Amino acid sequence: MRILAISGSLRRDSHNSSLLRAAAELLPPGDEIVFWDGLRDVPAYDADEDREPAPAAVASLRAAVGAADAVLFATPEYNHSIPGALKNALDWASRPFATNPFRSKPVAVVGASTGMFGAVWAQAELRKVLGAMGARVADVEIAVGHAAEKFDDAGSLADGDVRAQLAAALATLRAEVDADLLVAA
Amino acid sequence: MSTVLDQQQVTLPAGTWQADPVHSSVGFAVKYLGVATFGGTLTQFQAVLADGELTGTAEVASIEVKDENLYAHLQAPEFFDAQRHPQLTFTGRPVEGARLEGELTMKGITKPVTLEAAVTGPVTDPYGNERYGLSLTGVVDRTEFSLNWNAPLPAGGFALANDVTITAELSLRKAA
Repeated sequence: MRILAISGSLRRDSHNSSLLRAAAELLPPGDEIVFWDGLRDVPAYDADEDREPAPAAVASLRAAVGAADAVLFATPEYNHSIPGALKNALDWASRPFATNPFRSKPVAVVGASTGMFGAVWAQAELRKVLGAMGARVADVEIAVGHAAEKFDDAGSLADGDVRAQLAAALATLRAEVDADLLVAA
Repeated sequence: MSTVLDQQQVTLPAGTWQADPVHSSVGFAVKYLGVATFGGTLTQFQAVLADGELTGTAEVASIEVKDENLYAHLQAPEFFDAQRHPQLTFTGRPVEGARLEGELTMKGITKPVTLEAAVTGPVTDPYGNERYGLSLTGVVDRTEFSLNWNAPLPAGGFALANDVTITAELSLRKAA
């Protein structure tokens, strides 16, 4: 299984990016995780510019999603919602809607915040957006509150409960991917 | 000559009959935005009446609506999830009161449904085949089949009704 990991944060020491690296460490042998790091380079969505060839960062996102079996998002929460850069990238990736690479793609959403709620509202809104895009949204929510206390100075996850939740989320994604393979067989 | 049986148990013909796909139709209708009813059809389906039991299968991929983005949405996991559940199926038998009782499967979920039924015929068509007409209609609550998509409206309420009318107009030819 190849998982594409997308962090909704551009911050260098992002807790959400750290959360995805922690997930990568939990993957069983044989599975791989690929990090998409083009978020910073995606221009603001403009329908007038939405034509082939797509901007390079958009093309890289669409190709990376298409090549992945599943996508794992870790999102921070800005003003109770999805970070603008992440939403903008998804708006590009979802076009044209009828053939977008997220259609029926298993996806899962997790999130971390320095406050107590662990980006739950951003996660809910991201799941809604992904569902509207046609993705297969896994029944997963991991709300890592007080994130500064959950990671050590090197950005490694120091919380066993969160690690167990991440492992369960990966297993859920795995089950979704396996179910699709079964259908395709 | 045709006969419509009303308020009695419909009598389905003996033997094996198949729906003529060109002159039969399967469709749905649902209220949108609380006012008008919009509908669609499923163009690929099979229906067989054998030993008094009707069995029908329709392909989710063959749903026809008037917008390609709506089509894509209907195929998606948050709607019919055509990838995992490519077919709708119905099996039913006549019961008292001009109805068929049976089971409908959508999105992998099977629920009992009752359809109003009217049988017409038989007639002998211009090609010498015996034909019956079977007209079916019923209402199902789509949320019972995990077809839960909706959107809240600014003035209250939701965009899409839960009750969906399903219809089948079948022109049944005797199987050779």
